[in-house]
Amino acid sequence: MSASLIANVVIAGVLTGLVYGLMALGLSVIFGVVRVVNFAHGEMMTIAMYAAVLLFGAFKLDPLLAALPVAALFFGLGYALQAGLINPFITRPEHSQFILLVAVATILTNVLLMVFGPDARNVQTDYMLDSWAIGQVLFDKARVFSALAALATAAGLFAFFRYSRTGTAIRACADSHLGALIVGLNVKHLYALTFGLGAACVAVAGCMMTLLVEVTPSVGPGYTLLGFVIVIVGGLGSMPGALLGGVLIGVSEALAGLFIDPSAKSMFSFGLLILVLLLRPQGLLGRRP
Amino acid sequence: MERNNGMNRRKFSTALAAGGALTALAPFGIARAQGGKLKVGVLLPRSGFEALIGQSCQKGVDLAPEVIKSMLGVDIEIINADTESNVNTARTRAERLIEEGAHVLVGAFDSGQTVAIAQVAEQRGVPLVVNIAAAPQITEQGYKFVFRNFPTAGELVKNGLSLIGDLFQATSIVPRTAVYMHVNDTFGQAMTGGIKAILPRLTQLPFKIVDTIPYDPAARDLSVEVSKAKATNADFLLLVCRLNDSIVLRREMVKQRWRPMGLIDPGSPGIYEEQFSKSLGKYADYCIDNAPWFNPKAELTHVVEAAFKKHNPKEHFVFHGTNVGYTFEAILIAADAFKRAGSTNPKALADAIRATDIKERVMLGGPIKFNAKGQVEGNQSACVQILNGTPKVVLPSFAAEAKPVFPWPEYKSA
Repeated sequence: MSASLIANVVIAGVLTGLVYGLMALGLSVIFGVVRVVNFAHGEMMTIAMYAAVLLFGAFKLDPLLAALPVAALFFGLGYALQAGLINPFITRPEHSQFILLVAVATILTNVLLMVFGPDARNVQTDYMLDSWAIGQVLFDKARVFSALAALATAAGLFAFFRYSRTGTAIRACADSHLGALIVGLNVKHLYALTFGLGAACVAVAGCMMTLLVEVTPSVGPGYTLLGFVIVIVGGLGSMPGALLGGVLIGVSEALAGLFIDPSAKSMFSFGLLILVLLLRPQGLLGRRP
Repeated sequence: MERNNGMNRRKFSTALAAGGALTALAPFGIARAQGGKLKVGVLLPRSGFEALIGQSCQKGVDLAPEVIKSMLGVDIEIINADTESNVNTARTRAERLIEEGAHVLVGAFDSGQTVAIAQVAEQRGVPLVVNIAAAPQITEQGYKFVFRNFPTAGELVKNGLSLIGDLFQATSIVPRTAVYMHVNDTFGQAMTGGIKAILPRLTQLPFKIVDTIPYDPAARDLSVEVSKAKATNADFLLLVCRLNDSIVLRREMVKQRWRPMGLIDPGSPGIYEEQFSKSLGKYADYCIDNAPWFNPKAELTHVVEAAFKKHNPKEHFVFHGTNVGYTFEAILIAADAFKRAGSTNPKALADAIRATDIKERVMLGGPIKFNAKGQVEGNQSACVQILNGTPKVVLPSFAAEAKPVFPWPEYKSA
């Protein structure tokens, strides 16, 4: 097996993993602060993918640019979803939250099916099937652009949480719900902001994904599951952990496909999940409870 | 040539001419081929994960009564039932159709659902004419009321591989190696079993398979699989796929600058479907699928295509031809048997179906004649190549609409 083959496979795994990581980042941020597991995460990404496809169809807007308006829209929708629907469930048992978000996911999938039908849809940019070559090693342009967009979005989010007053307040909520209430923070507003930010992350990831895959109404649950695997491996609630988890899953699937059997790729990501749960239950970069 | 009571070219043309008169006279109740209607219960997966193809088959159902009335003068009443892409639903819907008075059942595209319906048909003694389903066991159970006008999985593979030999002969190209990639689901494994069993026996095929790469049909990313396939340096890619994965895979080939002599599918769906060409644009061109196909030059195909356009003005017949053609032929078989039996008695209908001999066809193949097992032998595949975004028959030569292009224009030998 040649070194260039291994290099190509690892590079593709890292680049795709970064986009997966961005998708999981939204899930991790929402759980880390609001303590609600968003079971409709993949479905939300599917809607973002359709939004990118529609914008491309109507205005020939490149998904890299469409990510901005779609993220803004999703921020608003995420805020409204948290403020209007999820906040009343915050103090209810976890199974109520679970059922609520599974119901939201099911409704979203079926609405997409009714509106768009079962056909696969995609965008066709001029660079989508192009690649850069350095010797025998290829860099798929769509993957490179998507990964850079994922890194930029993640960096922006880190900076927001680290350096802005609102970000600090949100982190305070994450550290202690009661403490945040005592010091007079508007926790419900901050929760809604957080959900909005998580939704914006998933919107950017969805726009990037349209450069890599086709979208159908039924792809959502697969991405929700993938998001869970990534955040559990990286550490539920840890932002760097989500990106690391994405890259690890991307690379481990790629290498398992190369060295063992392509059909067994998913088996290895779940194997990694079990290994992490056994050896480091809080995830690679998660904090011990 | 032996003459019979079934359809032949002359009778078909006469019937078509007479059809116009019959249609004109029908409103006045002057001309009727016979008393009563044939109630055909049609079972298709019109919703669920197979909805796209089920709805495509349904287009063949929708046009059948009108065309068959003009051909045979037979009145047909269609009773539709949706299997919801589910085996259990297919079984209960078949029961219900029989309760509602269906004289004959037609369906059901999916092998699993068809097996379930066949059991009901046999138990209830109502004939089932299978439109599309390849699982061999459907006609291997000794059933007396089950008939199939569609190749079995083994025939599909054999037809597909034979056409690869014909393609190489027609283009005077002799590839020595192939890398075989396939979806790792029930269908993909059945096709793989068939290829492994049949390929060594087809000594006219000059190539050997250097690597077999199975992949998950739900895979979001096939970069690793394509990297492995590219690394084999095989002359061409032999691919058994579904629609979505075929698009992902072809895209990945372009991204990884893998330019083999060609991509040949020995008989699975995907490549000839509209979405493949829509999604890939110019990169869909020159891909080949050796699939069961309609005869674009047959007289009856033109009649069915005209009816299809009338019912579906925005759709292209070429992307539905296989589904529409086989479904239409299934209903034609039932109607032809009804006409000859002169009765809706299930036993009489089954006996008449068994004696079917329809020569004028939409689909490629010999006459529709059932063997003792209720299977039509001799259904053919066509070598279909995407040219300018449209599937075109390039082989067999008698049905060809264009010359095959192989290797791909972009191919450069190493």
